[in-house]
Amino acid sequence: MCGICGCGERPLTAHTHDDHTPHDHHHDVEQPATVRRIKVEQDIFAKNNQYAQLNREYFRQNAIFALNFVSSPGSGKTSLLTSTITQLPADCAISVIEGDQQTTLDAEKIRATGVRALQINTGKGCHLDAHSIAHALQDQIPGPNSLVFIENVGNLVCPAAFDLGEAYKVVVLSVTEGEDKPLKYPDMFHAAELMILNKIDLLPYLDFDVEKCIDYARRINPRIKVLQLSVKTGQGMTEWLQWLTISQRLSSIA
Amino acid sequence: MHELSLCENILQMIEQQAKDQKFTRVLTVCLEIGQLSCVEPEAISFCFNEVMSGSVANQAELKIVMLAGLAWCPTCYHHFEILQRYDECPNCGRYDVQIVKGEHMRISELEVI
Ligand SMILES: Nc1nc2c(ncn2[C@@H]2O[C@H](COP(=O)(O)OP(=O)(O)O)[C@@H](O)[C@H]2O)c(=O)[nH]1
Ligand SMILES: [Mg+2]
Ligand SMILES: [Zn+2]
Ligand SMILES: [Zn+2]
Ligand SMILES: [Zn+2]
Ligand SMILES: [Zn+2]
Repeated sequence: MCGICGCGERPLTAHTHDDHTPHDHHHDVEQPATVRRIKVEQDIFAKNNQYAQLNREYFRQNAIFALNFVSSPGSGKTSLLTSTITQLPADCAISVIEGDQQTTLDAEKIRATGVRALQINTGKGCHLDAHSIAHALQDQIPGPNSLVFIENVGNLVCPAAFDLGEAYKVVVLSVTEGEDKPLKYPDMFHAAELMILNKIDLLPYLDFDVEKCIDYARRINPRIKVLQLSVKTGQGMTEWLQWLTISQRLSSIA
Repeated sequence: MHELSLCENILQMIEQQAKDQKFTRVLTVCLEIGQLSCVEPEAISFCFNEVMSGSVANQAELKIVMLAGLAWCPTCYHHFEILQRYDECPNCGRYDVQIVKGEHMRISELEVI
């Protein structure tokens, strides 16, 4: 059974009473049942938000800076993480949580850098939720003052709605995807603190309009910060590492 | 298919209600889905029966009410109905408007015995 939530227990399936199998208790079947209306007025995301709040509190108490990386499949999240890990100072404590529907390939790529990585396979699920992160944190307790990178399932739709307790969402958009992605997936760009425009080494071969893309993103989220980067050539990595280090420091003050 | 996991969340919330409010059967589940909530009502209906089967809400009827999105413009103080998150203020044309209503999805009511 789960220590956090008791979720190992299958929820009680109430018997329906329309079968006539023997019961170990008695009840008046003849009495007509009265229909009651119950006002619930609860948000569907309430449960997830409760778990997210617990994760956030855990991060705060341990001075952990957690980022939730979101993008379409193939935008370069795993590449960005491995490259970031190798460029950060060696004494920087990092752990990674990888979300994928299948396979442990990404976690293996991360482990190859010498950093701990835990893979969550979501199966049919198309996003990570705060509850699965709570379990991952239990299995792989990140030390105080460390960085936690969460690579979400490649999907620009629902990871926007599931708070994991992270400090920020970082949305990675590669220039091969078309500049109108922010308009097509507004919820994600609205939820993100930072947009990383990746693969800018490919710009000479594409019609991607960088200014237009940034303008679209700012329509959705006027406060979004934008970094242009190529994991492949390393262009923009310095700025990204600066953002990371400064944001981590600021979060420990707040 | 995140509607599947949303239906699972709905079931968990119903089961919690069943414990708290002491009922054994749900006849109707009323959902409110905001126009801007990125939840597809068709997809919810599609997996609802399957997820509820065998539970207190076995064969419960699903009623969905869509709620319009409402926004407010901090520049010109205009309130208006908004269809998509990136729509501009119809009064002054700015994009940095604030959504007031229509982002959420919730269980409003249950009919139970
Ligand atoms: N040209 C180019 N390719 C890149 C860059 N970053 C990542 N890629 C490639 O894009 C592909 C998908 O990258 P990956 O990190 O697996 O994306 P993820 O699905 O978001 O984790 C891989 O073949 C990477 O080598 C980049 O900056 N430039
Ligand atoms: Mg990956
Ligand atoms: Zn659990
Ligand atoms: Zn009985
Ligand atoms: Zn999903
Ligand atoms: Zn206005």
